[in-house]
Order: sequence, then C-alpha cells, then structure tokens
Amino acid sequence: MSTVFRPYSESDALRSDRSAADRKRHREKLRRALKENIADIIAEESIIGRDRDRIIKVPIRGVREYRFVYGDNEGGVGTGEGSTRPGQIVGKAGQKGEPGTGPAGSDPGVDYYETEITLDELVEIMFEDLELPDLERKALRRLMAERTAKRQGYKKQGIRVHLDRRRTVRSKIRRKIAAGVAALASEGEEPEPFGFRKEDLTYRRLVEEPREESNAVVICIMDTSGSMDRLKKYLSRSFFFLLYQFVRSKYENTDLVFIAHHTEAKEVSEHEFFHKGESGGTLISSGYKKALEIIEDRYHPDHWNVYAFHCSDGDNFESDNAAALEAAAKLCEVCNLFGYGEIKPLGSHYYDSSMLEQFRSLGADNFHSVLIERREDVWPAFRQLMAKERETAA
Amino acid sequence: MSDWTLAELERWDERIREKVEAFGLDCYPQEFEICDQNAMLGYMAYHGMPAHYPHWSYGKAYEQTKTMYDHGVTGLPYELVINSDPCLAYLMRDNSLLLQILTIAHVYGHNDFFKNNFTFTSATRASETIAAFKTRADRVRRYIEDPSIGADAVEQFLDAAHALAFCCNRNAAMRKLSPAEQKERAIERARPRPDPFAALHRRVEPPAPDLSRVPLEPDRDLLLFIRDHNRELADWQKDLLTIVDEEARYFLPQIETKIMNEGWASFWHHRILSALDLPPDLHLEFLVRHNQVVSPHRGGLNPYHIGFVVWRDIERRFGGEGSPEAREKLAAVRESERDQSFLRRFLTPELMHELDLFTYKPRGEHLVVSEVSDEEGWETVKAALLARVGSAAIPVVAVVDADYRGTRTLYLRHEHDGRDLDIASAEKTLAHVRTLWGHKVHLETRLKGRPALLTSGPDGFDAKLLV
Repeated sequence: MSTVFRPYSESDALRSDRSAADRKRHREKLRRALKENIADIIAEESIIGRDRDRIIKVPIRGVREYRFVYGDNEGGVGTGEGSTRPGQIVGKAGQKGEPGTGPAGSDPGVDYYETEITLDELVEIMFEDLELPDLERKALRRLMAERTAKRQGYKKQGIRVHLDRRRTVRSKIRRKIAAGVAALASEGEEPEPFGFRKEDLTYRRLVEEPREESNAVVICIMDTSGSMDRLKKYLSRSFFFLLYQFVRSKYENTDLVFIAHHTEAKEVSEHEFFHKGESGGTLISSGYKKALEIIEDRYHPDHWNVYAFHCSDGDNFESDNAAALEAAAKLCEVCNLFGYGEIKPLGSHYYDSSMLEQFRSLGADNFHSVLIERREDVWPAFRQLMAKERETAA
Repeated sequence: MSDWTLAELERWDERIREKVEAFGLDCYPQEFEICDQNAMLGYMAYHGMPAHYPHWSYGKAYEQTKTMYDHGVTGLPYELVINSDPCLAYLMRDNSLLLQILTIAHVYGHNDFFKNNFTFTSATRASETIAAFKTRADRVRRYIEDPSIGADAVEQFLDAAHALAFCCNRNAAMRKLSPAEQKERAIERARPRPDPFAALHRRVEPPAPDLSRVPLEPDRDLLLFIRDHNRELADWQKDLLTIVDEEARYFLPQIETKIMNEGWASFWHHRILSALDLPPDLHLEFLVRHNQVVSPHRGGLNPYHIGFVVWRDIERRFGGEGSPEAREKLAAVRESERDQSFLRRFLTPELMHELDLFTYKPRGEHLVVSEVSDEEGWETVKAALLARVGSAAIPVVAVVDADYRGTRTLYLRHEHDGRDLDIASAEKTLAHVRTLWGHKVHLETRLKGRPALLTSGPDGFDAKLLV
C-alpha cells in the first residue's frame, strides 16, 4: 500500500472554477423567481426607505428542490448536557435548521430560501418586467446637456491632430505600388525617394453629437394626517417608494420634491418623507397649493416636465373639497401628469368619503386615479398609472 | 500560512500507516490532494467528485456553503473523502500541521469503513466510482449539447428526477425479485395450504392471483419503475433516470452509515494520534481539535459525537481497549451494521442516559422536551432516534399500481409509520412525478390519523381524506 500526495497547484486552482456555469444558472432561476414574486417582495416593509446599495434579504420560493419529506410538527431528538428534564424549553418552534433535524440526508432543508440582493438589483428586476413608460414626451423642452464628439468617416482636409497616420501611410504605399517603384526596388535597383503628397493625408471626421436631456421634476405629495393610520401610510409610502426608485433609476436629471400635508403642507426631505409620521386634520388643497407654489418658484412648466402624484385616504374636510378640486385642476394645467392614489385598506370605512368621487368631475386628460386596497395592490396600481402615462404619451 | 511541507506530511503519513496496519485496519490505497478553500467549496458542491454532470442545484449548493462560510456560520471541513478505490481525499492547504495529521488519520478510518462496511460493498464498486461519475457527466453533457434535446429539456427532466432520487430500495444487500420471480411467488402464495381436515369439509377455492397487475408487488424503486414502464419516454430521458438513480444509490450508504462512519473515523484518529507520541505542543492541539470534533451539539445530534461514544463503549464492553476480542468485535460490527441496527443493538440505556438524549415536540412557539432517557422514557427516545437516522429520515413511497382503474394513472402509497408527510413538499414532488410519468398520479398516505389521497393531475393538485 502506498500513498500518493498531490501537491497544491496554484495554476490549477486559478484555472478551475467548475461551478461557475451552474452558479450562473442558479442565479438566473433566482432572478426569475424574484420577478414572479415581485408584488409580494416590494410590499415588504423592511425594504421601504432603505439605501440603494444596502443588501436586503428577500424570501423566495421557486428555486427550492422538493422531495417527499416528513412534516415539521413531528419534533426531534437531541443530546443535552446531562440534566435535561421533560417540559424544558430547548428552542423555538417553526425555525428551520434548528436542533435535531437529524444527521445527514434527513435534513428537509429550509422552508423558503432567502437570498441576498442589493436594492439596486431588485429595482432593476422590478422595472425589467414593467414596460417602461416614456416619461420624456416627444415635444419636449430639451436642454443640450453635453456636447460630445464622435468619429464618423474620414476626410481629406483637416487639422493636424485629427490626422489618421495609418490611412495616410496606406494611401502612400498604394500610390507607390501603382507607380511601379516597389517592383523596381525588389530588383536591387536604388529606389527613388518616395515622399508623401498632399492627397495622401487623411483626417478623421468628427461629428458633434448633442445629447439631449429632459428636465423633469416629480412631485410627491402625501397626506400625513391623523386619519392616515399606520397601514395607510405604509401603503402610500410603498407606492412613493416605487415611484421614487423608478425615477431615480431611469432619469438621472430628474428633480424630486417631497411634500407632506395635513391641514398645512410643507416641503420635506426624502428621509422625513419616508420615515416621519404626523397627525391632524386634512386639507388636501394645502398640499396642492404648496405644489403649485413650488412649481411657480422653481419649476416653470415652460422649462420643466412636471409630474405630480398624491396619495391620500380621501378623508378630506368637506369644506375643502371645492378648493382641492380647483387646485387639482390648476395642477393638471401645469403638469404633464397628475396622479392620485386613494388608499382605502379593506375594512376601513369605505364609503365615508372619497376624493375619487370628487375628482370624477375633473375633466383633464392628464389626470389619473388609482385605488389601493391592500398591499398586493401597490405594484399593479403603479403599473396601471405608468401604463396610462404611456397612453397619453403616445 | 501553512507550517508544514509536503515532505513532512509524507513522513507523518508513513508513521500513521504503520499504526493503521498495526491496528488491523484494511484500507484501499490512499491518495491525498492538497487544495485551497475555493477548490474545497467547489468539490463540496459536487460531493467531492472530480467530474460531475452540471445542474443548477450544485451552483446553489456552492452559493449556500460559500455564504455560510463567508459569514462565519460554518467552517469548511478539514477534509473531504470519497468512496473510491484508490480512496481520494482532499486536504485543506491552510490547515495547520496537526490538523493535517489528524485528518490523514481520520481519512484512513473512513477508507477502512468504505472498503469493509456491507452497505458500501453491496451498493457501490469503489474501483469504478470516479470513472462512473465521469461517464455519467459526459452522457448528460452530450444530451445538453444535442440540438434536438438542449439544456432546458435536460434541466427540467433532471429537476423532476432529482425529486425522487432517494425513493429507492434502501438495502442493496437484499436482492429484489425479478418480475418472473414475483409471479412465481404470487402463484405460490395463492396455492392452497395442505389441509389436514380436507376429508371433513369442502375445500375453499382460493381466489386466483391477479397476475396482470403491474407491479405485482409494491415497487420502491420509483425512478427505475418509471423508466421501465413509461413507454413514452425517449431514450435520453430513460438514461437520465438511470443516471440519477445510480448516483442516489452511490450516496445512499453514506446516508445509512453517517453516525457509524464518522464515529469510526473519529475513534481511529483518536487511537492513532494517541499512539504517535506527538510532541507536547502538537499533542495539546490534538486534544483541543479532537474535542471540538466530537463535542455534543446541544439540542441536536452530532454524528461524530454519538458514533465515537458508541464505538468506544463497544470496545469497553467486549474486552477492553487493545484486546484482540474487542478488535474482532469492532471489525465485525463495522462490517455488518448500519446506523439503524448499530444504534438499536449497541446504544444501551446507560449510554443514552450518559448522552442525555431526549425527544422534543413543538408546543406553541417553543420546542419542549417531551421524554428523556430515564427508566420510563428511554425506549420512546430510542424509537424516535431510530426513526431519524439513516434512510429512516426519508419517507418510503412505493408504486402500487401503474394502471389504476385502467387510466394509466400511477398509484403510489406512502408507507406511513406514524409521521405525516409535509403536504407542501408532497404537492411539488408529485408534480415532478407527473412530469416523469406523463399521466395522473395518486399518492395514498395518512393525514392526522386518517387515510388521505393526494392527486396531481391535469387540473392541478388535490388532497382529500378518504373517510
């Protein structure tokens, strides 16, 4: 009996990444599973208001491998430290991978599988299956953002720095061969000096390419009054979160304005918008007026595409309805799109009061409203709004 | 970095092998390969095999191990050893000299176990292991590259086949009867017994056995049954079923003997290193490492720990350390037992008490100890333990009828042993069975004490109680 020792070989180790293809395939399946469950995942509270490069844990079903296994209410067997007594608590139920799942081969595996993913990646997947709305309209007021030069073809006249040496030399050689000089040289005769002529010189042609960028501002208006309970706020935040991620990932040059209102409206920071709660009565008109004010001040509709979205439970002071309607009409005039999302969780006083009814009389084409009743509605509502935006754009 | 050279390892290996021979271990030739962490992770994902067919599940296994390793949840094993002749083991480059010595000794324990334990000798041919895995890998790759099949079709079929991988006969040492023999047996059974009172009363006509039924006796080899009885399968599909089945049978012995095998290797690395006269610093490290390996997992089961304790107890009870009787007994047990029988026969109530084995059950949000290994409880605890070791942890499902009510429906029966199936997994697994069978599939089982029938058909999944 003799034993073989095979030494470590660095080059082998570097060369072989045998699982790469299988990992890639797994990753693809993961991505698909994520996409299928996206409505569930993005409504997870833990995701809202996170930093974009932060890694989040996302539960996924669908990349699990299934077998016949025993149910998990069967308990198990374990070893103790010598003094275990009946009735003693040894762990938490329902946690997988806990004590006593038994030796190899018997482990049923974690019930659903969590994967880690950055928020950026998630947002990317999210919008992959959404047909992208064209926030930039055709007849847009455009800014020349930057001028870049692009090479396109060649020309015979130009400045020195654009000279293409390779083509110039090639042109000379071509001429030389045509003149029969090369053939003479091969026969051993002294070649005549053969210089460049003006027609050899070839210059690169540069074309200026203006990059057009649109100027857009998205105004998020949220009702933060007392009637907006935790769930309602959470739903509207999810909605705005989507909108916010969407705008940020697609339109770099887009401004975002956050307005929180109860009876008064004020402009708040992104962090406050997503994290702070307030209370009080509701005057929807206040939020709209604030938005109009900001548009007037900073985002003149002649230069900006304005998008405004408002989320509320529609529980407005009745005396304010007329003013709100009027302000909304004005907003429609200055905005490319004005969206209103009414948050009415199922089981809340559904018919109490609804701005949806009020807004029905608003005749503007660029006004759209959606109703969000539960967590799962957020994503479809968002899609719906974006789809409408596409229609009007077309 | 490492505090050893290859030459040093070879010297230590020579000394270890002297001990291995002196202790009477019987090993295949041994090969060690030094590898780094990445290679180790790669080998782990493919069960240590130098060649293996591709499937995304191995990529997933890799990612999971790597994530756990990167986050410090688990360390990598010191070694990875596969059942082959010559026996192939990987050593981690970054381990200390002592760990390498310990691992080498441990590997010889496994090597001896692979070569002698009946579960391995009856189910696997060690000399062909690596070549067989390579051939299977090549076959699968060929199907993937075949433009008329393609990667997606192969993947989908493998997904389904993997779901049934361990639904096969557990004991390779027990020969399965051929259909002809089953027929003979059925006829034999139906033949009337000799009746001493035949003269006194009229003979009862025995019912004729139904010989047209497929299968004649419940068949536990699900993959093979489907391969042999689903006429709609293409050759490549049948071959994939064969491949998955062969692999499962290769790994089954490792599942069946986890506790024995790890215990045996730990027992011998302990014995060998104790006999090596290690210098004091190495000896101290040895004690620390060994205790880590065989320490109990509180509230769980560490196969190294339980196996080690039981083997030591067998040696003590059958003649004491170093005695020829004990050595003979140990060798006989390692040859002819598997975890089930090993624990049933050699885990004594006293030992159970010493190990403080207990059962627990979920109650509300907690897991609560239900029985401990005292006078009244040990039998319950032992029964619960035996139901969870080896392949007993995998539910037994058998084909009862391949043409149920003449509709080509596959009728399966779960051999219920008091534990209910997890319905969610059963649903998905049945869908896989349907993919393989191509027609409706029934699974008879029991839910909460009542017979139930799970069905996967064209209208999806359905579960109903039969009473």
